[in-house]
Amino acid sequence: MSDISFVRTEMLPEQDPPASEVGALGWAKHNLFSGAMNSALTVFSILGIYYVLAALVPWAWSPTWNATSLAGCREILHDLGRDGHFSGACWGVINDRWVQLFMGFYPPEHYWRPIAAFILLGVALSPVLFSDQVPAKLIWFTGLYPFLMPWLLWGGSIWVPLMVLAGFVIAYAAYRFVLDKMSELIALIVAVLVAVVWWLFLMGPIAEFVFNIIPIGMEAVGSRKFGGMMLSLTIGVVAIGFSLPIGVVLALGRQSDLLIVKALCVGFIEFIRGVPLITLLFVASTLLNIFMPPGTNFDIIMRVIIMATLFASAYMAEVIRGGLAALPTGQYEGADSLGLDYWQAQRLIIMPQALKISIPGIVSTFIGLFKDTTLVSVIGLLDPLGLSNGIRANAEWNGVVWELYGFIALMFFVFCFSMSRYSMYLERKLQTGHR
Amino acid sequence: MTTLSDPPQESFRLSQLIYDTRYRSMTIQIIALIGFLLLLGWLFGNTAQNLADLGKEPSFRFLSEPAGYDINQRLLEYNSQDTHLRAAFVGLLNTLVVAVLGCITATILGVTIGVLRLSSNWVVSKLMMIYVETFRNVPVLLWIVFVMAIMIETMPAPRAFKGENPASSMMLNDSVAVTNRGVYIPEPLFTNTLGDVHLFGAASMRFDVSLDLLALMLVLGASLWGASWFRKRADKIQEVTGDRPKTWHVRLGLIVIPTAVLLYVLGFHLGYPELKGFNFKGGTHFRNSLIALWLALSLYTAAFIAEIVRAGIMAIDHGQSEAAAALGLRPNRTMKLVILPQALRVIVPPMISNYLNLTKNSSLAIAVGYMDLTGTLMGITLNQTGRELETVLLTMLIYLAISLSISAVMNMYNNRVKMVER
Repeated sequence: MSDISFVRTEMLPEQDPPASEVGALGWAKHNLFSGAMNSALTVFSILGIYYVLAALVPWAWSPTWNATSLAGCREILHDLGRDGHFSGACWGVINDRWVQLFMGFYPPEHYWRPIAAFILLGVALSPVLFSDQVPAKLIWFTGLYPFLMPWLLWGGSIWVPLMVLAGFVIAYAAYRFVLDKMSELIALIVAVLVAVVWWLFLMGPIAEFVFNIIPIGMEAVGSRKFGGMMLSLTIGVVAIGFSLPIGVVLALGRQSDLLIVKALCVGFIEFIRGVPLITLLFVASTLLNIFMPPGTNFDIIMRVIIMATLFASAYMAEVIRGGLAALPTGQYEGADSLGLDYWQAQRLIIMPQALKISIPGIVSTFIGLFKDTTLVSVIGLLDPLGLSNGIRANAEWNGVVWELYGFIALMFFVFCFSMSRYSMYLERKLQTGHR
Repeated sequence: MTTLSDPPQESFRLSQLIYDTRYRSMTIQIIALIGFLLLLGWLFGNTAQNLADLGKEPSFRFLSEPAGYDINQRLLEYNSQDTHLRAAFVGLLNTLVVAVLGCITATILGVTIGVLRLSSNWVVSKLMMIYVETFRNVPVLLWIVFVMAIMIETMPAPRAFKGENPASSMMLNDSVAVTNRGVYIPEPLFTNTLGDVHLFGAASMRFDVSLDLLALMLVLGASLWGASWFRKRADKIQEVTGDRPKTWHVRLGLIVIPTAVLLYVLGFHLGYPELKGFNFKGGTHFRNSLIALWLALSLYTAAFIAEIVRAGIMAIDHGQSEAAAALGLRPNRTMKLVILPQALRVIVPPMISNYLNLTKNSSLAIAVGYMDLTGTLMGITLNQTGRELETVLLTMLIYLAISLSISAVMNMYNNRVKMVER
């Protein structure tokens, strides 16, 4: 019997993986056709995409940018041999009205003012949004911005915002002055009283007096002229800016041990969250003047901003309460054991962490509020949607639908989508590794 | 040696109200309360003064005056001679109709999209991502007017259905007509009807309940209860003996047969919409405004629900499904018994707030002319009577009541599925 067993002495060379497992083919096999069900889904989806694009692309590809009326669009398309209801988009309406959709009826010679206001808004927000990439000194500008923005948008005497600002300075001076002689609490009360008296009674006449001597100012632009995206942005930005601090206060009130304070906060939050924003806007347009002292008649945009702020702050309070609840008790106990008092603990330990946890919620509240600004068209303000009704009622553009709505949707999409992406970036940046 | 000393007998000083922690919280609360009452008093004073100046006296008497306007989409009988209160009631039911319909479709759509977004299929998951981002980042009001425009501009007019060679035809075996005036679907009719029961006499809240519907619901409810009893019995037997008796045919029979018999006895048949003259007659008519509002709210809310469902499923640790697989559970049992019960705990609370949002967003009906509570009480009634204070406050209170009851019911459900924490 001879020994016929065979033992291989050298290794076989490594073989390439099967062609169907790597490269584009392998990717498609794993991600698109991994089973009968998946293959069917893929085929149906691709067919669906094809049909939508086949209808949409020829429609959108329409050389009507320079048309001046819907009839003009139809003529251009007719000359190309494209007839019928959905032969092509009429982009002329966007060319004709895009400025209006952004600016409303703001006087064209003053367009630089809202543009400057919103560019400066970006500058003012940068120390907050991108704290590691811009000089920290810029935060001073952020503090001044709330006084600059209304002046840029509404115009008028420069002394009014300066006098409002002066109110804070006077209050601080009064606080320091009284603090030397009496206790902290009394100093605080005196400071608040002095500021309120200044703003309510002294500021107006003094601003007028100074303006008569040194007339520096810009032409005033009434709220009626506001419209389009600029109006949405104004309402959104102001309401968002005010709702965050109010929301923090409400959330703390809801968490507090003080029964009456807690009941007031819970009542406010639940009431606002329980009614639709549209009813609050009706309050702004019909009731707010009734609630105010006789003779008060303040601006419709201001009233809308007040109600939008109240609305957003209730939602903000709930988001921040979620962040506070997610914080382990050890953090509160740690703050206590360091001997911090309530406000110090909130400022140094609790709030930075709670706000960080609630960033996604805060940003989605922002986005929600910004989208909800379209509701002002129901009470007759001319936001992009309100303007679109006017444009469609116009003789030249009567019958244009999709182009306008599509453009407005795109404007909102760009803003909201970038906000949500920013929130993701911030979440990643602030992630400190432990969950 | 120790001595006992009495605690210092201080007399009460006013500054203790601020500096002594025993009294401070009380002081702060009383100041807050006084401030709040002052604010309320100020508002009430201003309101009374302003209303007196306008010569209006707050009263709800207008509610019993004839409304004088028509409501075209309604569940209850109503004519323009009915009172404002009746109009508001019809509007309230319209709000509830669109809210319930919207919640159901939004849930179905949202869960489907959320699950598909987690699919391993690249095209499908990207498509779903595009859907979610598109709908979430564009205002709902824009979607509502957009869907309304689609209904009006692209659907055929009723006259397109006329003639020998009609330009459009009805769908589903000539039973559903989609026109630019709305959608007509067959209506259920009963030949041997039991009649209606009239609740509340001739009051504004009068309400006709069809006895046929009531009988059907009773029978169906009893059948479902019987079927669930059968399933529980099977569970018990399985726990004792390890064998599960086959029950699906009994349960199916229990659910289907009694209902079918009752339908036969009542003489159930469908009333189809027919083209008569220039419009469709018969059948149930859903107006454009209802369809637009319902579709837009469902599509919009579905995008949010999809994200919630996705987050809920992703929140479940991978070890859970691995452990289930190690126990020998098949994938669909794993989903049903292991993943879903845990995911529900994460999903339910945000789902509640989305249902609430949908209900509140239904007030945007005013933009497309659907006569819901906002359109009736806060819309035409306000304009006709000029009673802005009463109508707006009443509307807010009703919405508040709806929201609070939805959240109460859903919180009850949430407490049932919530994890029992040790």
